[in-house]
Amino acid sequence: MAEIVLQGVTKSFGKTEVIHRTDVTIGDGEFVVMVGPSGCGKSTILRMIAGLETTTDGEIRIGGRRVNEVEPKDRNIAMVFQNYALYPHMSVYDNMAYGLKIRKFTKDDIDKRVQRAAGILELGPYLRRKPRELSGGQRQRVAMGRAIVREPAAFLFDEPLSNLDAKLRVQMRLEIQKLHRELATTSVYVTHDQVEAMTLANRMLVINAGTVEQIGAPLEVYDDPASLFVAGFIGSPSMNFMPGRRAGDGVDVGEGLVVPLPPALRATAGEQVTVGVRPEHFVPGTGGEGPRFRLRVDTVEALGADSLLHAGFNGTLLVVRIEGHATPLAGSSLEASILPGKAYFFDTVTGKRLAG
Amino acid sequence: MVEHRPVRDFVAHLILIVGVIAVAFPLWVTFVASTRTFEEIVSVPMPLTVGSHLQDNYEQVLTAGSERGSKAPVGRMLVNSLIMALSIALGKIFISILSAFAIVYFRFPLRNFFFWMIFVTLMLPIEVRIIPTFKVASDLGLLDSYAGLILPAIASATATFLFRQFFLTIPDELAEAARIDGAGPMRFFFDVVLPLSKTHIAALFVILFIYGWNQYLWPLLITAQESMYTVVIGIKRMIAGGDASNEWQLIMATAMLALLPPAAVVMLMQKWFVKGLVETEK
Repeated sequence: MAEIVLQGVTKSFGKTEVIHRTDVTIGDGEFVVMVGPSGCGKSTILRMIAGLETTTDGEIRIGGRRVNEVEPKDRNIAMVFQNYALYPHMSVYDNMAYGLKIRKFTKDDIDKRVQRAAGILELGPYLRRKPRELSGGQRQRVAMGRAIVREPAAFLFDEPLSNLDAKLRVQMRLEIQKLHRELATTSVYVTHDQVEAMTLANRMLVINAGTVEQIGAPLEVYDDPASLFVAGFIGSPSMNFMPGRRAGDGVDVGEGLVVPLPPALRATAGEQVTVGVRPEHFVPGTGGEGPRFRLRVDTVEALGADSLLHAGFNGTLLVVRIEGHATPLAGSSLEASILPGKAYFFDTVTGKRLAG
Repeated sequence: MVEHRPVRDFVAHLILIVGVIAVAFPLWVTFVASTRTFEEIVSVPMPLTVGSHLQDNYEQVLTAGSERGSKAPVGRMLVNSLIMALSIALGKIFISILSAFAIVYFRFPLRNFFFWMIFVTLMLPIEVRIIPTFKVASDLGLLDSYAGLILPAIASATATFLFRQFFLTIPDELAEAARIDGAGPMRFFFDVVLPLSKTHIAALFVILFIYGWNQYLWPLLITAQESMYTVVIGIKRMIAGGDASNEWQLIMATAMLALLPPAAVVMLMQKWFVKGLVETEK
């Protein structure tokens, strides 16, 4: 159990800085998810915490101890890799026991810990098998078992579910959640899948191009995105963006629609403002309170519980989520309005959310 | 292929049978000759059935050697050959697996340069550098010694290259997982890399053992005493002059004996050998 602190951490490969100054404190027992598109540097940060990459500048502390110069094995962390990284020639039991053997645990102690981990992960019947005789999900569980037996200060997960199929991913996600509830070990989890991030995280770090764009609880980030990037990345289908121009106390986004700016933002809004609306924040029909506009329905995706309309507006396609089956036909036209107070306003130039 | 086409099957089998005969017939003649007397072999036509002197001939070559050619006993030569072939095979594997490990897993200055240096020596087999190598070996006093037979052949660029290519296919995460598990480089080597290389080592062992066993030119140069002859050289030394002066029955018996160890290695290691060539266990 330990707190992980990153203070002014940067990472450069040659002259290119890939991770810009990062300050994060990951609390004891917290489950933090680093999420971002591939190549954004999230894995690099994780690998710096693990000690597999050197830190160019700044300080990393685990449990109050500076670890920049400490070997991975002495950082008291355990890591779960995307491709499992199980030793192919060792049985499941030996895979889990290997780290303990090196650390000179007694045979009894090793056995006790491995059996306990196998119990938690329901790997009991497979202990004598080789990794290649296991399914993807089982292999991933062995990889987690290898981490658990060490009883480390922190778990580091590097996209652990990316190699699994969709159904298994959901199941393993729930298991990781359960595991964290039981063990309450500090965990850092890297993923590009925002659903994993939303469901697993106590707090999440949204990372873009080597910069932490926002840190917060999942719903906080969802409800209150700090930038265009975060707003577009978190949420599926992603937020609709309508670039517009300031027009009096509103933003003109074309086709005669002027979205009113909240009074608090009127002073700070610049000339170019992008309006963001989540798919579920449109009100179809004429019942809404906000200004109405007309959409041309292009395609309809009926998902059962709800339907997604892809509808043309001012040269772009907006995604509108409608509950239930009652959907307009493709090619028809639809009147809609924006749920009051649910439009987000961003500075088009800086990409930052407008704040009052 | 589940189709049934009698004519094609017949032709295919005919070609295969002719091929087998072409390969097997000389072997059979060798074996037959090793079981007969000198007079029977030189008579025309030479008989093609097993004769009655099998035990005599083999006993003589193993313990006493040929009377007219080299007089060294073949038993001793077989031991020499075995020592040389085993040392070359194991030495090559030992050295090349370590150098490949260094090249793949350690970052050191001029790493690529050294790899390419090793790679370039692929183009320089013993035959090409034989005169300078002989000079070096003789200056070091290695003539007529096992060290002299083995050392010049013990470094292998081919094996280093093969191991390097194999190591590159081992996922980096495995090394990283081992680092986090607390394994140092040599521990990682012995606990993970070596077991994973098992089949490759076996395949290479077969190839290199045969390579070592069949060494001809180098042992011919570096050995002068009969006690240091390898069996391949022994055969050569038994052939002293014209047809009539050679004890062909003994030469053929020696040839059969020289054939056995490599054949045994191939047969015993076949399972591993094939595995090493086709399977990648990852």
